[in-house]
Amino acid sequence: MSTATTPAPAPAAVKTAPGRDRARLLRWWPAAVLGLLIVAPYSALPLPGLLDGPVGSPGSLQLLATCLLFGALATGYDLLLGRTGLLSFGHALYFAAGSYATNMFLLEAGLPFAVAAVLGLCFGTALALVLGSVSLRVTGIGFSMVTLAFAQAGSILVSRNPGGFTGGEEGRAAPAELLPSWLVGIDHTANLYWIALAYLVLTLGVVRWAVRSPTGRVWEGIKENERRVEVLGLKPYGFKLTAFVLAGALAAVGGLVHLLLTGGSTPQTTTSDFTLSLLVMVVLGGSGTRWGPMVGGILYTWADHRLGDLAGSGAVADLPAVLRVPLSQPLFLLGVLFVAVVHLLPGGLARLPSRLRGNREEKR
Amino acid sequence: MSTIVLLTMTGLGLGALYFLIASGLSLIFGLMDVLNFAHGALLSIGAYGTWWAASGHLPGAGPGGWGFALAVLFGTAVGTLAAVVLELAVVRPLYTRPREQVLATVGVGLAVPALLSGIWGSDARTFPGPEALSGTFGLLGADVPVNRLVLVAAAVVVLVALRLFLGRTRHGLVVRAGVEDRAMVTALGIDVRKAFTLVFAIGGCAAALGGALGGLYFGSVDPRQGTSLLIFAFVVVVTGGMGSVTGAAVAAVVIGLVQQFANYYTAAGLGDLAVVVLLAALLLVRPRGLTGRLA
Repeated sequence: MSTATTPAPAPAAVKTAPGRDRARLLRWWPAAVLGLLIVAPYSALPLPGLLDGPVGSPGSLQLLATCLLFGALATGYDLLLGRTGLLSFGHALYFAAGSYATNMFLLEAGLPFAVAAVLGLCFGTALALVLGSVSLRVTGIGFSMVTLAFAQAGSILVSRNPGGFTGGEEGRAAPAELLPSWLVGIDHTANLYWIALAYLVLTLGVVRWAVRSPTGRVWEGIKENERRVEVLGLKPYGFKLTAFVLAGALAAVGGLVHLLLTGGSTPQTTTSDFTLSLLVMVVLGGSGTRWGPMVGGILYTWADHRLGDLAGSGAVADLPAVLRVPLSQPLFLLGVLFVAVVHLLPGGLARLPSRLRGNREEKR
Repeated sequence: MSTIVLLTMTGLGLGALYFLIASGLSLIFGLMDVLNFAHGALLSIGAYGTWWAASGHLPGAGPGGWGFALAVLFGTAVGTLAAVVLELAVVRPLYTRPREQVLATVGVGLAVPALLSGIWGSDARTFPGPEALSGTFGLLGADVPVNRLVLVAAAVVVLVALRLFLGRTRHGLVVRAGVEDRAMVTALGIDVRKAFTLVFAIGGCAAALGGALGGLYFGSVDPRQGTSLLIFAFVVVVTGGMGSVTGAAVAAVVIGLVQQFANYYTAAGLGDLAVVVLLAALLLVRPRGLTGRLA
């Protein structure tokens, strides 16, 4: 897992003292980026093409917050796929559980937000524990199919609207009067943005801490060769379950952030398409790398929004049917993009710099 | 009594539909370790192909009589062709990377339904069928729709054909041996890749036929149909034991029946949940599925 560590300094940089300083400075780039992200709501910088309005405007902040949220969610999901080698197709379930359960505790029990949030998080984690312990009885692709089946059951349950709890296809709006006032309304978008940013930092921190822990070493072993871990006298089941529950809990927190950000729970977050889009994010960015899933999640979410705009724009409507029909379907473009990434860019965007460097050195 | 007969026949029809998807899925998985997420898309292609031909776009094909048979043949052929293209263009270049093969089919599984809804709209289209197949017949006091019988008959034909192919032909022998131990077959100097394409073609053929007949069963086609059926086909494959066609057949019947009966005798929609509960219970008792195949 060489790419999980900070990129090695260029060979020339080691020799000279100024080069070493530069390398030391380069190591702090995440802090610089974080600083920029923290002050972003105060900026009125327009980014034409990238965003509709200036960075600090509510619309742009909302999109940025969504991007950060999905960057974090993809990072948490990669704890399973890239770190432990578990291809789960049911991750959406725990995300939706965090969102719906918190919303239910607010709406039906009238609990204060903090209590509802903790209970919602507990519910999502417990669900991950129960369903994970069943689905991990099957290994390999069988595990993927079982997690998918559970997620599908959850999706059906939500859309059937049992007892009027979930609101069916409509979803259910969060009660604005029960939320803290600094989290509601378009004037407070910056607060929501900071919450999404905090969730991202939390997820990156937890994932980094977890994969560096002794348990994380076992995960890596399971990913490389599960049988060998067994031979060493360790039971992979418990370690895999730990990864599953931790990733589920992180997803439940994400659901909570999503609830605040969008002001409600939507059934779209329970569908298998939603998990598949998480998968696309992780693979696009680079599975098993520190920054890859985050970059993938941010890029995917941004592209998804912009492709939606592109599909509805006049330029596309004027094209001949052969071009217009595929271009008007964002999912088609994303599906094709995904196939292309899998074929042409093994390792995702995170491996791109090292691949380019490798090519250049080959040509020399 | 008549209710039970009707539910049984409907459950068997649904089971037949599941089997048509799951058989190919199971073989592809058993042979290549690839979970084909684009299999639902192949079903949709078959369904839309048949619908397109039967709506009078193909000379000679139509909604009735032999015209409909031709339409089904056309839809199945298009689905088979799509499966071969999928294998050659998307799956084969990733020959040594099973995980990435799965991911690539996920991309195709997203793109194809989106393309279908781009061309023909995302709403369901009424499916034309011959009048002979839209009626009902009396069985033990129940009025059973004829199309259930067609589905069951098609599934039985596919099952028998697959068993004959796998058991009696040389290609079938290679496929069976590949399912058991791919490394051994490769070591014997047999090109497993040809078997891959063949299995994809067979699976695509069955799925596309399932799409054409599923149109009859549901009375309509829509772009999401294939994906939603695919998930139950996954359940069938896990339940039946992976790579086993016979296991898939048994599991498909069980799951189709459980779903129908649970839907009728409890609240509507609980049947889908019952299937998943059944799967969870089975996995707790027998993690390798009904036939004990390795997952």
